Amino acid sequence: MITLQINGEKHTIDVAPDMPLLWAIRDVIGLTGTKYGCGIGVCGSCKILLDNSPVQSCMIPVSMAEDKNIITIEGESENLQLLQQSWSDLNVPQCGFCQPGQLIAATALLDKNENPTDAEIDEAMIGNICRCGTYQRIKNAINRTVKLKNQN
Amino acid sequence: MGNIRNISRRSFVKVVGLASGGLVLACNTDIFSDKNKKPENLTNFNPNLFVQLNSDGSLILVASRSEMGNGVRTSLPSVIADEMEADWTRVSVKQAVGDKMYGDQNTDGSRSIRYLFMPMRRMGAMAKAMLIAAAAQKWEVPASECTAENHFIIHTSGKKIAFGDLVEIAKTLEVPNEETLQLKDPKDFKYIGKNLKSVDVESYTNGSAIFGLDKRLPDMKFAAIARCPVTFGTVKSFDKTETLKIAGVVDVIEIPRVERPFGALGGIAVIANNTWAAFKGRDALKIEWNFGDNEVYDSEKYMSEITQNVHKQGKVSKDVGNVNKAFKNADKIVESTFQLPHLSHAPMEVPNAVAWVQGDTCEVWAPTQEPQASRTEVVEYLKTSEEKVTINVTFLGGGFGRKSKPDYVVEAVAISKAINAPAQIVWSREDDIKHGYYHTVSAQYMKASLDATGNVTGWLHRFAMPSIVSTFSPGVDYAAGFEISSAANIPYDIQNMKVEVGQAPAHVRIGWLRSVINIPHGFSINVFADELAAAANKDPLEFRLNLIGADRILNENEEIPFDTARLKNVLKIAAKNAGWGKQLPAGHAFGLAVHRSFLSYVASIVEVSVIENKVKVHNVYTAIDCGIAVNKDTVKAQMEGSAIFGMSLALYGKITAKDGAIEQSNYHDYQMVRIQETPNIHVEIIESTESPTGVGEPGVPVIAPAIVNAIYKITGKRYYNLPLINAGFG
Repeated sequence: MITLQINGEKHTIDVAPDMPLLWAIRDVIGLTGTKYGCGIGVCGSCKILLDNSPVQSCMIPVSMAEDKNIITIEGESENLQLLQQSWSDLNVPQCGFCQPGQLIAATALLDKNENPTDAEIDEAMIGNICRCGTYQRIKNAINRTVKLKNQN
Repeated sequence: MGNIRNISRRSFVKVVGLASGGLVLACNTDIFSDKNKKPENLTNFNPNLFVQLNSDGSLILVASRSEMGNGVRTSLPSVIADEMEADWTRVSVKQAVGDKMYGDQNTDGSRSIRYLFMPMRRMGAMAKAMLIAAAAQKWEVPASECTAENHFIIHTSGKKIAFGDLVEIAKTLEVPNEETLQLKDPKDFKYIGKNLKSVDVESYTNGSAIFGLDKRLPDMKFAAIARCPVTFGTVKSFDKTETLKIAGVVDVIEIPRVERPFGALGGIAVIANNTWAAFKGRDALKIEWNFGDNEVYDSEKYMSEITQNVHKQGKVSKDVGNVNKAFKNADKIVESTFQLPHLSHAPMEVPNAVAWVQGDTCEVWAPTQEPQASRTEVVEYLKTSEEKVTINVTFLGGGFGRKSKPDYVVEAVAISKAINAPAQIVWSREDDIKHGYYHTVSAQYMKASLDATGNVTGWLHRFAMPSIVSTFSPGVDYAAGFEISSAANIPYDIQNMKVEVGQAPAHVRIGWLRSVINIPHGFSINVFADELAAAANKDPLEFRLNLIGADRILNENEEIPFDTARLKNVLKIAAKNAGWGKQLPAGHAFGLAVHRSFLSYVASIVEVSVIENKVKVHNVYTAIDCGIAVNKDTVKAQMEGSAIFGMSLALYGKITAKDGAIEQSNYHDYQMVRIQETPNIHVEIIESTESPTGVGEPGVPVIAPAIVNAIYKITGKRYYNLPLINAGFG
């Protein structure tokens, strides 16, 4: 039995310890906002926050996530909420599938860097593929969030 | 729903007994016939159902097309709401199941708005007319004294009544005659032509949107299939011993190939309690395959064969004037050969579907662009009847044409039937890259003659590429008409033109991918025309405008003819926005391309730099004329996305086969453009009152040739083959 703390809630599950966290979250616990895109850690669709760091949940065995604080797209965080608002205001998503991973990556960026440069945004978001090509709006939405935060 | 089939012709129907007690407005075949426009393929419509107004004023509008980032769940209902004078904030959108009663639901070919703009307007207009009639009856005034505005009917006296309060009367009314319907003057459009935010944006950003991959049913099993590495190969033998030892694996079954264009490829299915166990169990299978005829497929060898085929005479599909004579009398001859590889759609959401077969009935939840074809495949597979098969359309995590081919739906059904439980088939990314319906591989040869003043006097275009038709009629090895027209109907004013097609047999499933044939043709034509400008020692923009020539209408008998003035206009606007001719930073240059596809006109000017074999696209200036832009923000978004999609195929896109098996496997070796490569994308949408035309695809074909043309200007070297990483660019 492995106990995971996800979005402030404890889940005790009976899975093999080497099951990637992604599949435990999606198929066992049933939180489907975290997406499968590649399974080899190159697309970012499965990003979650593990003790506040962005990680690709397809690459983390579930045993390594025990006793850590996991935040998924369904979770709450101040920056996540502000970013979601900007994503909505700028109508960022097209198909929407990669956007949970994009938002988690952007949340992690703003959590540690209040005023990222464009280069820092690129660096934080480089691991997240969007096949629809919404990158320009993603950048604009991150910049907008920073601007609104600074105004307040 | 059963009531809907009882709709009499010409009747707006009152479906009594709905749980909500609302008014359901349905329409029949007539509403789909836009008599002014001769629409294509809109003849076999059964009654349709799109509008439901409830007495609390809430309005449910049906989206009959699939949402995959194309914005149809917003744009189509907005057209109804606009004509109906409904309050957009009262609208919720319901996704239609796959059913012929909705008309053509194939979300493909950039046609959703083009086909449904007028029918959806009429739906709204009919609803409005009935609500006005209901108010007139209630107030005992002439209908002509009533108007609709923002979810109310208003009388000239000033009194008003909410839409919802008219439901009870409207339900009892006769349907207005279609001929009496008044459509709005376009200048009064309230939502059409504006920027509407996606109705689904919140669910996309909070993770609640249910894509196919997210569908869950009680006791649902997860399945993965081991498919033969070579297309259409079969299982010789397999050993499941190790697989069955893996925790979570519940069963292993053989799925035979279904020999239909959209049939399952077949293979060994591993059934498990979660996706990971299914994948892991599949990895543990020991399978011997019969590879079959396609084992010979070797991309390198194949490219050289089809290249030989375009270096000799092919089947003539267009011959105007006398090309040979023009070549003989030429001042200058230019000839080039182009080679483009297969591409994979690689939508972020892999193919997947949930099916639950119970006896001879079946319910499916799938991210499908083609719910009716899905239904047909399931009916065929189960040998059952249509009414026993329900296809629910989930959100699609990208489609790009891949999800028009419901082979994965058939797989889910086959598995559910075999295990007698609900099942989800999940393709791994590797499955997606290795077992797709690939965009065709192509070789093209072009030759042109210039006279002493630099005018183009002759043009020969010869190409060989496996046809999409080969997927439907095995053995077809020449391009079909629809794959020739984008070469044959080019808008250049050249006296002597010839188009020939060379032989190219298929060894994988060939399918359509966003922009389809316009990718290879848009590439070769735009690169070659730029090369001719250089040969003529002329400015590429000026040369191209002259090549297009005088304003004229081509293909006059077509639904929407080709207007060369509109083509030139987008090129001029894009050039103006880019500042064509201005001084750029050292090492930077502009490249241009212009192409009409899916009936829309698009030009892009790209600003590129090349530093140490690094191609950087700094700016993209795109102009599109798609007639009326129903949702401007969606059109803009599609142009932005098209620029990225076009860059990905220009720089990285390459699928190759060796010994019949696809060599690439995932996003590390089938790369996508990422955020740090993203240029500033500037989009201008031409203001127009013309009928709306395609948006999802026509932005793609111009990007790769524009980049290649810019690289030429910087380096003096012309690249005829894609992707550019092959030439050492990164």
